[in-house]
Amino acid sequence: MMRLGADAGTAEDLAHETLFAVWRSAALYRAEKGSAASWIFAIARNLRIDRLRREVPWQQLPQELFEEASGETLPDAALAEKERHARVHTALSGLPPEQHEVVVLAYLEGLSHGAIAQRLGLPLGTVKSRMRIAYQKIRAALEDLR
Amino acid sequence: MSITHHLDDATLMSFAAGALPAALAAVAAAHVTMCARCRSDVVALEGVGAALLTALPGARIERAEPEFAAGLSPSQQRGEASAAPMQSPAPLARLLPLGLDAVRWRRLGLGLWHHRLPLKGNGALGLLRVAPGRIVPEHGHGGAELTLVLRGSFHDATGRYRTGDVADLDDSIEHEPVADPGPDCVCLFASETPARFRGLIARLMQPWHGL
Repeated sequence: MMRLGADAGTAEDLAHETLFAVWRSAALYRAEKGSAASWIFAIARNLRIDRLRREVPWQQLPQELFEEASGETLPDAALAEKERHARVHTALSGLPPEQHEVVVLAYLEGLSHGAIAQRLGLPLGTVKSRMRIAYQKIRAALEDLR
Repeated sequence: MSITHHLDDATLMSFAAGALPAALAAVAAAHVTMCARCRSDVVALEGVGAALLTALPGARIERAEPEFAAGLSPSQQRGEASAAPMQSPAPLARLLPLGLDAVRWRRLGLGLWHHRLPLKGNGALGLLRVAPGRIVPEHGHGGAELTLVLRGSFHDATGRYRTGDVADLDDSIEHEPVADPGPDCVCLFASETPARFRGLIARLMQPWHGL
């Protein structure tokens, strides 16, 4: 949570809140709709956004939209999720360090494109194009699973 | 609704990461609710977050997965799934509880109206209404901006933007969008930097207010 852009005290609160939210809505978790890790990531992310910005609760999207989006379940959904997760892992670790870096700064430190550019001393366009290429590679790795 | 202009991949990644500035995230969220393709991208990109999270030292989410799922009784899974506490109204409905027709527009003249939407923190968020044939004000001088068409359409050198389409253009692209014939074109507009948005209004007002 500290890596998600919160200070130590807030990070601890957020970690507790995440665990609580996961516990409270565990009944909503359905394996065929996506991996537990994705679901926990989304809960943690939304809580951090809530905490750090407060004013944009409507940024959280109706969950059923995403169920529809990921709804094309394969015969063995859990296995497919495992495969998807493994492929994302492989694609991520195959990224050149400069592309991996911008992805990590966005996801784990919650930095905007502009903040990443500032942190790395790069032009904004470079940050965005590195991120674009990174996602294109990940998307290509998942192509036949979508 | 056939959407032809989508969010940029870098914007989608930042949005899924929870790293997009608040005003831009509002427009991105609204587009994503209207666009199945970008929704599916967000799902894939949340998977990237999951992969990064489980790769952190000490993370055990994946190993916990089978027990986690197995620990739920079928009744729990069935019973509460419909009462989803995570559900929230669609972003637009929250922004505009009474719909577009109830918006109290501020007239800027030259066939343009503006309505500011409340936003704490950085950036500016608002609705822009443009009469047919009028030019959608050009603003780009750096700083990220997103424009989502909610009603009507406009066109520029990069194509025609209809309901659901989002303009997520690089500021290097020069364009002069013009609202199409038909109903007034209404857009949800976000800018990363509030100063620029104030600047836009000031520039809009310039010809007749002598600013």
